[in-house]
Amino acid sequence: MNKANPFKQFLGDLPKNIFSGFVVSLIALPLGLGLAIASEAPPIAGIIAAIAGGVVVSILGGSHLTITGPGNGLVIVILSAIVGMGEGDLYKGYLFTLAAIMLSGLLLFIFGVFRLGALSEFFPSTALQGMLAAIGVGILAKQFHVMLGFTDVKGNTISQLILIPNSIKNLLANPSNELILAACIGVLSLCFLFLYARIRNSVFQLIPAPMWVVIASIGVMYYYDLVLKTPEVLGSNLMITLPENLMASLPRPDFSKILSSEFMGYTLSITLVAVIESLLSIKAVDKLDPLKRRSNINKDLRALGIATGISGFFGGLNVVTVIARSSVNVNNGGNNRSANFFHAAFLVVFILLFAKQIQKIPMPALAAILVYTGYRLATPENLFRIYKIGKEQAIIFLTTLVATLLTSLTTGILLGILTTLLVHVFLNKSGVLFSRNWLKPNVLMYLEEETGNYYVSVKNFCSFLNFFKLKAKLDEIPPSEHAIIDFSLCEFVDHTVMEGLNDYSRSFSRQGGFFEIIGLDVHEAKTEHPFAIRKSLPESSFLNFEISLTKRQKLLQKLSTILDWEYLADPVSNYADLEQFFYFKTKWINYRYNNLESKNKDFLLFDLSYSEGAFIAKEDLRSTFLQIKVHQKMPVFTLDKENFMTAILQLSGLQDIDFKKHPDFSKRFYLSGEDVKSIRSFFTDELIFFFESHPAYYLESNGDSILIRGKERLASIQEIKQMLAFAEELLKILEKNNISIF
Amino acid sequence: MVGFAFSPNLKANIYEALRMAHYFGGELVFVHVGRKTPEKESIFNEIVGSSPVQSEKISVHWRIGDPVITLLQASKDFDVDLILLGALKRENVLKFYLGSIARKITRKAKCSVLLLINPSIERQPCQHIVVNGLDSPQTKLTIEAAFVVANALGVKKISLVEEISRSKVAVAVDDDRSLRRATLKKEKLRRQEQTRVKDVVQKLPAALTADVNWTTQSIFGRRGYSIGHYAKLVRADLLVMNAQENLSFIDRFITRDIEHILAELPTDVLIINLKGNE
Repeated sequence: MNKANPFKQFLGDLPKNIFSGFVVSLIALPLGLGLAIASEAPPIAGIIAAIAGGVVVSILGGSHLTITGPGNGLVIVILSAIVGMGEGDLYKGYLFTLAAIMLSGLLLFIFGVFRLGALSEFFPSTALQGMLAAIGVGILAKQFHVMLGFTDVKGNTISQLILIPNSIKNLLANPSNELILAACIGVLSLCFLFLYARIRNSVFQLIPAPMWVVIASIGVMYYYDLVLKTPEVLGSNLMITLPENLMASLPRPDFSKILSSEFMGYTLSITLVAVIESLLSIKAVDKLDPLKRRSNINKDLRALGIATGISGFFGGLNVVTVIARSSVNVNNGGNNRSANFFHAAFLVVFILLFAKQIQKIPMPALAAILVYTGYRLATPENLFRIYKIGKEQAIIFLTTLVATLLTSLTTGILLGILTTLLVHVFLNKSGVLFSRNWLKPNVLMYLEEETGNYYVSVKNFCSFLNFFKLKAKLDEIPPSEHAIIDFSLCEFVDHTVMEGLNDYSRSFSRQGGFFEIIGLDVHEAKTEHPFAIRKSLPESSFLNFEISLTKRQKLLQKLSTILDWEYLADPVSNYADLEQFFYFKTKWINYRYNNLESKNKDFLLFDLSYSEGAFIAKEDLRSTFLQIKVHQKMPVFTLDKENFMTAILQLSGLQDIDFKKHPDFSKRFYLSGEDVKSIRSFFTDELIFFFESHPAYYLESNGDSILIRGKERLASIQEIKQMLAFAEELLKILEKNNISIF
Repeated sequence: MVGFAFSPNLKANIYEALRMAHYFGGELVFVHVGRKTPEKESIFNEIVGSSPVQSEKISVHWRIGDPVITLLQASKDFDVDLILLGALKRENVLKFYLGSIARKITRKAKCSVLLLINPSIERQPCQHIVVNGLDSPQTKLTIEAAFVVANALGVKKISLVEEISRSKVAVAVDDDRSLRRATLKKEKLRRQEQTRVKDVVQKLPAALTADVNWTTQSIFGRRGYSIGHYAKLVRADLLVMNAQENLSFIDRFITRDIEHILAELPTDVLIINLKGNE
């Protein structure tokens, strides 16, 4: 990296970040409006939060790629605060809640000042999952009715869930034109949102799904308005209203209830959720950072606190770090905090220029977006995944989920913690281990003087109760070093810890270090350590593939016998060399399977499961890759089809290497790499002709091997054969080139 | 001096004590707090008589009173150099010795104290000694004592552990930059501590250090705690620690350090007390 001139670097990255900020603002607009409406606050409140967050956190924050704004998790708490304190008058409740939001901003700031970010480790990860699922169910239950065009269904989450069939029946029983239109918009939007991730077209994906929904539904409204001449086809309760004059209509936070226990309760739960959601998101985004930076959590919390205070003062919601928008930011090439700032700036532009169009957004469309968000939080897959980890984890998850739905969020999470503790005591058949050792130090870390390795030994037990102690030590180890974690003196390790360690292990391997966990196998033999066995490697949970092969697998097997290659259908988690490829910089590799390897190990064909985005915004992808070893010298480069996305990348500084002699090749392909000179000499006329005359693959070289990908999906047998032929010919040309060069 | 009770470990304790006396050529004073009964006496004599290692200078005393006060008084009366106490690993398993008595004696004794957690009837050769290398005027003598013990028992390996308090690093790790700074700072502190400790060892008479293979290890962590954990981890046979010197402000912290060790004895612990040793 060019350390000497960070400012120049910053300027150079600016176009990329402006672009990414723009894409993020496209998703932030509908989400901001929707989340505010879902919390029964004025729609503009969500936008205010996003703007305050974007401006303040981008300047004062300590993370690099996060986007801040109104959060999903807070919808339920803010909603209950507004309804609860308003006692029938929603606007009054909103003013009281603004005061609570400002106060929670102060609390957040204090959290950051006293470096209490680590406190979030006190929450067992399964209980947190349960809480998030409950929030998801809450959003889904309320918004499902709105999506169908019914805005007046009241009650708590459970009764709203029960009323869903009722709403569908109502819709089918007396279909008025207005209702049908509303429901159509809602349901179609929802279908589109579910299908969107399946459509892998880079131009299409450029605009985030929620924006497509918003644009399409505004289009429909204008169609009714201008073509059919029926303005106000949907009642005003199904449309968004923005204040005419933003500055004049500023609400005043009402602090008159500040001393009541009710007010303090809401403030505390708002703060709690804000902290949890922000920290989870920051952690998740750090894993996606292509530059592998580490966020300063406490600095970020301070900035979020200030932003929340400002947002509350101007009538906005809480500002938290949000994962979905941050993932979009990473995927679109944002690489520093300015993207967050530009996202806010574009929102200001939208509100000022398109206020009229925004008011044409029908509520069912926004509700569909929220239903989808809620579904992503509460997806049943989560429960299955957790069940696979262990039955007791499923119990913890469900207890927290149900408790949160039945009572309040804070009670729910407290019950979740309690359940986890009881489960641990039950599994160990004794609570003495925990009560005796909880407050004692239990971690020893030192730099082994002979080997230069960091050695960490953990004693007694290690669970969510004292994981923060281990974490504090682990954070002090540079991830490029070799760390050995020894659990042989430790009697009990829980799921939260194993999951946390897995994160460390990943970040170490991303930065070229080693992270070894030892001493857990002793437990299996000695005490049948349930947690250690269960989570020793996350990959093991993927190993429930059916024994019988699919048709494609059988064909692959046949192909392997023809070629005399080795075929292995089972998933393998050995992918260390793949992470060096540029393509996987912002992606997350899970495992590869259907491996087809040539006898001399030069060709390796495999299906790869990997994911984009993190946390609830995670998209799982599967594609077929071919990796070939090249024995000749070769520069590091990337070759891709030229398209709209690459055109934008070029705007943002990544240079496309064009050849004057070969206008067709230059136009069709996007070639990039650091060492331009050697790439130019590497791409001989013959090679270029070869590429011109063959179907275009995504191709990447890391210096000694080439990675080839067809479409962003699994390839058919026919396509695989083509790919292999392509690779073989390519190798031949490379060999010939090599001879002619030397 | 050996304080003993009629615990299941009695035989092993006595055997260990006799062996110790043999190696160091010292005089052995057995003190039991409790009523002297012929029964107890005969058991005791039988055990002493059965030991393969015998010591000429043995005296046995039976006293009545509060164990702590009596034993401390006895240690003064007989002007002993070392109190040897049998103990169990955890305080609450056998409260009698460690919980209240051994801990109090250890804290108040004016001489060195050796706590045995795994005494054995057969001789288990002691192979590895861990010594603290705190930055304190006592440390020099503690290290010297460790080498003396090592030579007497034929121990081949000594690890000198410098515990460096985290507050000395004074850089909180938040992000990459602070991590880098903290790592550099630590490296510097580590070097400093190492030279200090190595200096101490090199000033010792060559006769003491020649036969022993010694290494140093710096640990960043809670004082007193880390060394215990380390001793357990490397399966040391003896841990040699400083005792508190006087009750100045800093030494109060050292008291707390030993408390960590006492709460959960990692191995046999020898606490060196200056005055008693001179």
